[in-house]
Amino acid sequence: MTGTRRGLSFYLLAAFFGLFVLFLYGPIATITILSFQGPEGGLTFPMNGVSLHWFRNLFEQQAVGDFGGSFRRSIALGLTVMVLTVLFSLLAGFAFRRRFLGSGALFYLAVASLIVPSILVSLGIGLLFNILGIEPTWYGSALGAHLTWTLPFGLLIVFAIFNRFNPAYEEAARDLGATPWQTVRHVVLPILLPSLIGVGLFGFTLSYDEFARTLMTAGSFNTLPLEIYGMTTNVTTPVLYALGTLTTVFSFTVIGLFLAGVMILRRRRLRRTGAAG
Amino acid sequence: MTASAVPSEASSASAAPRGGGVRRSVLRRVAPYLQAGPLALTLLVFLLIPILTIVAVSFWDYDSIRIYPDFVLTNYEELLTSPVTWKTYLNTVKFAALTWVITLLIGFTVAYFLAFHVQSTTWQMVLFLVCTIPFWTSNIIRMISWIPFLGRNGLLNSGLISAGLIDQPLEFLLFSDFAVVLAFVHLYALFMVVPIFNSMMRIDRALVEAARDGGASAAQVVWNVILPLAKPGIAIGSIFVVTLVMGDFITVRLMSGGQSASIGLMIANEISLLQYPAAAANAVVLLAVVLIMVVAMLRIVDIRKEL
Repeated sequence: MTGTRRGLSFYLLAAFFGLFVLFLYGPIATITILSFQGPEGGLTFPMNGVSLHWFRNLFEQQAVGDFGGSFRRSIALGLTVMVLTVLFSLLAGFAFRRRFLGSGALFYLAVASLIVPSILVSLGIGLLFNILGIEPTWYGSALGAHLTWTLPFGLLIVFAIFNRFNPAYEEAARDLGATPWQTVRHVVLPILLPSLIGVGLFGFTLSYDEFARTLMTAGSFNTLPLEIYGMTTNVTTPVLYALGTLTTVFSFTVIGLFLAGVMILRRRRLRRTGAAG
Repeated sequence: MTASAVPSEASSASAAPRGGGVRRSVLRRVAPYLQAGPLALTLLVFLLIPILTIVAVSFWDYDSIRIYPDFVLTNYEELLTSPVTWKTYLNTVKFAALTWVITLLIGFTVAYFLAFHVQSTTWQMVLFLVCTIPFWTSNIIRMISWIPFLGRNGLLNSGLISAGLIDQPLEFLLFSDFAVVLAFVHLYALFMVVPIFNSMMRIDRALVEAARDGGASAAQVVWNVILPLAKPGIAIGSIFVVTLVMGDFITVRLMSGGQSASIGLMIANEISLLQYPAAAANAVVLLAVVLIMVVAMLRIVDIRKEL
């Protein structure tokens, strides 16, 4: 590289970066600390004792709403979105490696899906179901609404993967007599796997946190973001922060698990290629 | 699968396969359509048809109970002749412009630091991950987490008071336009950092060295070499930030405490009042405005080259 000269600009930029990280994490850290308020504590500092009161409160009090049910629905929805996003965007990625009629139109439709404001997707699907007389449900219309957000991201990531993918591996497999399916199963998929885990992670977390696209499409049962939004308008105790802390911890755990998965895969492959070489 | 493996092996060995080859070439031609099918169908049913539904309903009539299929222009007339609409658009564009400028400055600086000043790839990846992790938590949680910080008795106010800088809590920090823009920057800065970082990582380091050898100062390298080459990333980031802010309603509602308006919020309010045709007309106009903005940005840079 360009050497190890670290002038003033490096330290200024590093300080800026540090401030940016503080800006990103500071508020979340604040509510995490505040969620351990004592029973008499309020929404702001100073801390009025330290307890798990608000976490217990979250699970006890039925007035808060259907927290458990909405959490389960969000998880189920997120997992479904994750599987479909990986599957659909991988398949489409294969399709886009060749020219086909309408490929340009489909590409622009996918990009448009990212640009169209979420509230329009919500309104459009809500209206469509209303006119057709179909009841919106979190596993039906909301699932479709979430996919319009996760699929384009998945597709773009798959494009990036295939751009870096060396077709020589496939040719080698073909020359050795592999069928197309064998080539995909034993050569392409193992190489793509870590990136596909990334696509899955993207799909899950985007769906798990999606609010605007769920608003008019979830039907009579809330998902977690809708539940949290409801709480922000009528709950004025640190129980809100306890919920924030729990969902944040949950998100971080999911990311941690995914990253660990990718790392294990990478290490296993290194070991295998190391043994082969 | 295994049964067909043997004949196909034989056919791929010969240059011009006959018999089974016909079926295979048909399959080859149909394959892309089958593969793209699920994606196309999903986007058709849940994006294109709903948008067309909005356009259709924007011409419908309604009263306080239900909506009627019709062809009236009153929804658009009422929308476009109301000064409230124009004021709200102005306000929304103001939010978008402020958020865009701030996230662009932050995004460029952070990406530049990561791409050109952090030397080891491992550290680059670690610091990049540190930036992306907060993005995975709920937006609403990230918004409410500003309340104990900015509130009347929040950390910032009590800090400033105990430091003797002010003697009254600053009221404009929470439930104000300031809070809205702050939350937007907090939520969407990453959408700038990632694409700009991605563009910068593709820049050939030899170009930077050549510029330096040619006697360019650090600022000249940034302005004349890195900035033009990072343009596609800047364009992608800008499109994300601007479209997200233009359509937002929840951040504006939560962080302004109901004191500020945006087009998204206006649509959300009309939806909650069941004035669907009015909301639809508003949505069509919003979509048109957003598309014009995006097309304008795409005229400056061709992002297809990025893919």
